[in-house]
Amino acid sequence: MNPSIATNQAILVVGGGISGMTVALEAAECGKQVILVERNATLGGRTARMNRYFPKMCHPTCGLEINLRRLKGNRNVRVMTMAEVSGVAGQRGDYTVALKLAPRYVNAKCTACGDCAAVVEAEIPNPYEYGLSKTRAAYLPHAMAYPMHYVLDPSIIGTADAERARAACKYDAIDLDMQTETVELKVGAIVWATGWKPYDAVKIQPYGYGRFANVITSLEFERLADPHGPTGGKLLRPSDGKEAKNIAFIQCAGSRDENHLRHCSRICCMASLKQTHYVREAYGDAGKSTIYYIDIRVIDRLEDFYQKVQQDAAVSFVKSKVAKIVEGKDGSPVLHGVDTEGYHRYATAHDLVVLAVGMEPETNGIKLPEDMLLDSSGFIEGSQSEGMFGAGAATSPLDVNRSVQSATAAALRAIQVVHKIAAAEACPEHVGGGRNNG
Amino acid sequence: MSENRQAIAHYRNNFLKEVEVHVEDGEWVKMCMQCGVCAGSCPLGNAWQHTPQKLFMMIRAGKREEVLSSDSMWMCTSCYNCIVRCPRKLPITHIMHGLAHYAHRLGMAPKGQPTREVARLFWNNLAKTGRVNELKFSLAMYFKDGFIQGIKNLLAMQGIGIGLMKAKRLNPMELLGGHKCKDKDGIHKMIAKAREIEERKQGYAS
Repeated sequence: MNPSIATNQAILVVGGGISGMTVALEAAECGKQVILVERNATLGGRTARMNRYFPKMCHPTCGLEINLRRLKGNRNVRVMTMAEVSGVAGQRGDYTVALKLAPRYVNAKCTACGDCAAVVEAEIPNPYEYGLSKTRAAYLPHAMAYPMHYVLDPSIIGTADAERARAACKYDAIDLDMQTETVELKVGAIVWATGWKPYDAVKIQPYGYGRFANVITSLEFERLADPHGPTGGKLLRPSDGKEAKNIAFIQCAGSRDENHLRHCSRICCMASLKQTHYVREAYGDAGKSTIYYIDIRVIDRLEDFYQKVQQDAAVSFVKSKVAKIVEGKDGSPVLHGVDTEGYHRYATAHDLVVLAVGMEPETNGIKLPEDMLLDSSGFIEGSQSEGMFGAGAATSPLDVNRSVQSATAAALRAIQVVHKIAAAEACPEHVGGGRNNG
Repeated sequence: MSENRQAIAHYRNNFLKEVEVHVEDGEWVKMCMQCGVCAGSCPLGNAWQHTPQKLFMMIRAGKREEVLSSDSMWMCTSCYNCIVRCPRKLPITHIMHGLAHYAHRLGMAPKGQPTREVARLFWNNLAKTGRVNELKFSLAMYFKDGFIQGIKNLLAMQGIGIGLMKAKRLNPMELLGGHKCKDKDGIHKMIAKAREIEERKQGYAS
């Protein structure tokens, strides 16, 4: 935690998901000074909330563990959580960044023993579970949290709960006097690995998300399938807690739609195909998955995965964009539409509907520095002065694999910027020519 | 070489081009991605033989006869559900009306199609004097399926007719000429000019 790390030869990475961690580690392992800032209380981002990755169906904890180990072993990265960029000034090679640090109310003495959570009574919707379950207002973000420290929700500050938590802590780790702080950093290059957010499914009015309990998003389904999730990995539908054995997946929920997101979110077809595996694992042949689609778009070598799912007799495909959903008698959603292969009209009831929601940039709705170049959907293409770069899902709808590739590329670009700064400081006249050539 | 030409000729689609040129908003037809949301959203969808996305596919497949003689686009009630939901923002309602109009002017629209008949009677009624003569329009509607059916319709509706007369909502004298615009000839000239402009726009200029 050496403040001198922040110089104009340092690289700032905004966002601590899989992409941000990768950028930070790749640059740091090349010997560069890196500051990794994350808005939430832990690193891991959306990747940490997945149940499995496609196509190998392995667990995200595996990839996270490797990256966290690299991070712990590297002295060049400084991680700041609960930190948000509030302003960027300057230019390529010489940025001044203002950071707003939100209070965690827990200091580095925390051992994650959990004594504070045991005495706090207030509960909040669990942000890690997309609000599907509640958690105590003193909580560890998740089992793979980094830093492995508890957080106090600001809603209990000034209440008896907060005092009880402080009293229960044996390590003097709870500091209720923490305030929001602002700090300024000097950096040479900035990588925006700000990631993505799910499209707000409430806006897709005919599908009834938010009105019908048994219409959920693909991200919520990930949490249902997770053994550490709110249902212990059982696929229980929200309305009555019954097992959902007949599940509909609706593709392009928000994507490829001029009324919602213009772009194809690229990963949702694979995500739904992956999720049919969860249904099969839970119920065997008794579980039925139906995928309603316009076209199945699985990219390059992932076609194999699609072909395997097509061979599964428990999975059926209906070529149709569902027109609307109505709620049946027992709360089962009934899907209406026309199957364009044969033009058959259908009204099919399912236990649960999973909307494969599109990806939009997390930065939509946030004002980025003027210099940034965005595409028509808000994804980051780069910056005019080439001192700031996008990485991972902030640049395009990408899966984890491609996010990591994108992040590695962004690390290289940022390294080139700080290299030039270092060279300029060592030998100014030489670099003037270098910049012209490069 | 000639084999290739034959193969190409099979796929050369003149009807899509014809629709693009002559049908109002016809240039949008090629944008359809066949998702089917219009068909599923149409409140009268189960009454249609050909839903919009099916019509669009038929146009692309060059099925000129089937499309233009179809009853389906005449069934559209302009609820605009399809336009609202179309992910490619096709003006589907307008295309349906455009297709119906084009089929009508080519004389290929189905004979006696009720929507078409009502539209035709209404227009003729209105264009004559510049005002809608409700009595004549109603009578024309009653008798559109023949004299005997017309008498039956009249008898069935006589109570309502007498009620309307008592309430002074229906003037029997309208049967003799009826009210009209001050400058009837001017209206006729205006309509003729509008038709000329429209035909020039749609490529029918003589």
